[in-house]
Amino acid sequence: MPEQYSLEYTAVLIITIAGIGMVLAAFFASMILAPRSKSEAKQIPYECGIPPTGQFWAQLHLRYYIFAILFLIFDIEAIFLFPWAIIFRSSGAVIFYEMVLFIAILFFGLVYSWKKGALRWR
Amino acid sequence: MDWFYELWPKLGEAFRGWLESALPDSIEGWVIYLVLGLLSMLVIVNLPIVGVMAMIYMERRLLGRFQNRLGPNRVGPFGILQPVADAIKIMTKEDIVPNGVDRIVFNIAPIVMLTPILLMFAVIPYGGDTFLTNLNVGILFIVAITAVDTIAIFMAGWSSNNKYALFGAMRAVAQLVSYEIPLLIAILGVVVITGTMNLNEIVAHQSSLPLILFQPLGFVIFFVAISAELNRSPFDLLEADSEIIAGFHTEYSGMKFGMFQLAEFAALMGYSAVIATLYLSGWEGPGLPGYLWLFVKVFFIFGIFVWTRATLPRLRIDQVMALAWKFLLPLSFLNVAITAVEVVVWENGLPEWLIPVNIVIGAGLVAIMHRGLNFQGQTRQVVPSGPERLAAINRPVGGGTE
Repeated sequence: MPEQYSLEYTAVLIITIAGIGMVLAAFFASMILAPRSKSEAKQIPYECGIPPTGQFWAQLHLRYYIFAILFLIFDIEAIFLFPWAIIFRSSGAVIFYEMVLFIAILFFGLVYSWKKGALRWR
Repeated sequence: MDWFYELWPKLGEAFRGWLESALPDSIEGWVIYLVLGLLSMLVIVNLPIVGVMAMIYMERRLLGRFQNRLGPNRVGPFGILQPVADAIKIMTKEDIVPNGVDRIVFNIAPIVMLTPILLMFAVIPYGGDTFLTNLNVGILFIVAITAVDTIAIFMAGWSSNNKYALFGAMRAVAQLVSYEIPLLIAILGVVVITGTMNLNEIVAHQSSLPLILFQPLGFVIFFVAISAELNRSPFDLLEADSEIIAGFHTEYSGMKFGMFQLAEFAALMGYSAVIATLYLSGWEGPGLPGYLWLFVKVFFIFGIFVWTRATLPRLRIDQVMALAWKFLLPLSFLNVAITAVEVVVWENGLPEWLIPVNIVIGAGLVAIMHRGLNFQGQTRQVVPSGPERLAAINRPVGGGTE
């Protein structure tokens, strides 16, 4: 089995290299084909065609971080759920009800954050 | 029709025989396998490009028809060479790198964007024994590897030295991250029924009946989540040009911009193939070889994507986030719970009379959960008058920061 695994993931590695090579080849082709003429006006960051105003480092709202934390919690939950989904048929009732409990706790967490207003986009 | 089935294997065999006779004996056998492997790699890498060209043509023609106009019809017969002309044009455009960008991250972002999408095509089975690699975690691998695109989008937006690109990237990350979870949990319904993550085995499980019949709710959740993951309309607000120009790729031009477009359409094609594999029994079908059936299904699903794009207007960002967290996520949990109970109760395969029951349960749950969204209450506003009206007009929308 280990040899088979390494063979399968070698194909993945080769496609990765091929993909990077393809993008680099496309860049190379455009380097040869595309015209180049530098000018000051072209180098200005685009903002609707007018001279840009203010800082480029704009402030971002805190709500993004709340959603990031929620995403982390539920994504890790999903990682636990996938192995369970494969084995729960052959592994008896305890495993099944344990996972039901796990999902129920996280579902309660979702309802709690909903009621607290964390899911509202303000 | 036999010759049709046998065509590609026979061609492969003939090519291998030719290679063996053409090469001198001193060269060992592994060279032949190396050449064959490189050729199949070439096919896998070029498949998305050719497919994307067909899809761009199809989308523009279909959208034209939906909007009561013709669409591109000048280049070649029926405008069929329009994507080729577009590709040549994009290749000969100047590649502008503005002042102040982080050059390394700026140049790496298109590579990080496109490479994971190509990896999707290595895992999808095109026929009973036509696949590049047969990973036993196939579907999880696809979701994991395409999630790397979120990082690429943020790299592009962050390194562009443009506040609209940064806003677009932040919106994109928030949206993609939110829809990742309903997507994963909708897939979990399929994994619970089939008991495997291997895509070949999932297709083999559907040889009699496609899984969409047993997972109607899961299919709807998956389809909506995929539309949002791929920034398709009505979820394309990270490219809302009236608000944030072009989103994260505002500063990209020439071939780098083309790479982002290619990645977007290739992801669309790859995920259409994933939908076909998970819910519409993949390459299985009567009469035609497997890969043709897969492409028929891919283009059928793509047609539905174009249809939704032509029909629905763009959502607001708060509506998009509410749809992910308050509608799709609870629904996907309920879907997994119902599926798991069904699988435990009917251990030896689900009976066929469950199909209408499942459809009724799914429709009922959608109708119930729909009330929780409450879009109407958010959009209905009382228009004030007098000084209050002036204050309301002068108040910055959304608190002034993105």
